[in-house]
Amino acid sequence: MNCIIIDDEATARAIIAQLCTHIPNLNILEDFPNAMQAIKYLNQNEVELIFLDIHMPDFTGFDFIQAIKNPPKIILTTSDPKFAIEAFEYECIVDYLVKPIVLPRFEKAIQKALVSVSKPKDNLEISLEKKEINSGNDLYVNIDRRLIKIDIPSIYLVEAKGDYIQVKTEGNNYTVHSTLKKIEDKLPKNLFLKVHRSYIINIQKIIDIEDNSVLIKKDVIPVSRSNRPELMKRLNLL
Amino acid sequence: MEAPNLSYINSLSGNDEAFKTRLIDIIKIELPKEIQNYVNNIAAGNFKEAAANVHKLKHKISILGLEESYKVAESYEDSLLEQSRAEQVEFENILKIMTSFITTI
Repeated sequence: MNCIIIDDEATARAIIAQLCTHIPNLNILEDFPNAMQAIKYLNQNEVELIFLDIHMPDFTGFDFIQAIKNPPKIILTTSDPKFAIEAFEYECIVDYLVKPIVLPRFEKAIQKALVSVSKPKDNLEISLEKKEINSGNDLYVNIDRRLIKIDIPSIYLVEAKGDYIQVKTEGNNYTVHSTLKKIEDKLPKNLFLKVHRSYIINIQKIIDIEDNSVLIKKDVIPVSRSNRPELMKRLNLL
Repeated sequence: MEAPNLSYINSLSGNDEAFKTRLIDIIKIELPKEIQNYVNNIAAGNFKEAAANVHKLKHKISILGLEESYKVAESYEDSLLEQSRAEQVEFENILKIMTSFITTI
């Protein structure tokens, strides 16, 4: 089983790595002092298990879990037993280890992870997971090495600008290094529509439509001829 | 007051002396930094940040086998979150004992 360790404390990372040496076939691929570095790693590598600290500056363990899509199995490691109930609300969390971690308890957690990894998902689990993913109202964007949470319904406009996109919300504007296609895939189809090759709009935020443009807040957005029929279809016309 | 010890580190290391030395070296580097962060935040009146520092220090306290001191740190962390320094003197004495201990190992 391939795993990574995320903990801002070097002592904790060393201890977990040492405990892992007692478990056959448990390979530590990497360890990280913060969640951001781990997220970048997970974008390009597959792991089956994460040892995750809860209390980390800037980005907590729970923030991390919410930021990654399809998280692998996670064993939380913390000095704080207070979050145990919250922890088990997450399907991916298989155990909760309170520091200082001792070997017998660590072995028990690994057993739980092994059972969990090998257990085939039944249809109910799969459909619940899908529901959980689809009902997420947050989108995390990477700006200056920080993951900023954006409330999806507050987005009213996304504009492509070269290698960047500008995400406009009720409260803020965010310039993000990404493409319109990538964000389009993350936004709910019932709420957002690409009306032009450079623009995605939140249909609920439309003020008015005139010829080949829509007014959203103070922005007048062009609607391409090919996208106009789909826009009109979505409107509740009298 | 209870004395720090290496029981946990010894049990974790088993016969792996290289690991034991490496872990102690890490603690010797990391503990003073964590203490300094706490000292800076408490001096600046940053209670929430100081509570987070105390939270981190709890792990070192438990690694050094200070069970009673761990309880003091827990209470102090809660106090700081309520903008109180109730256990400050007692907690800072624990830090002094730990600092002194790591110079002997």
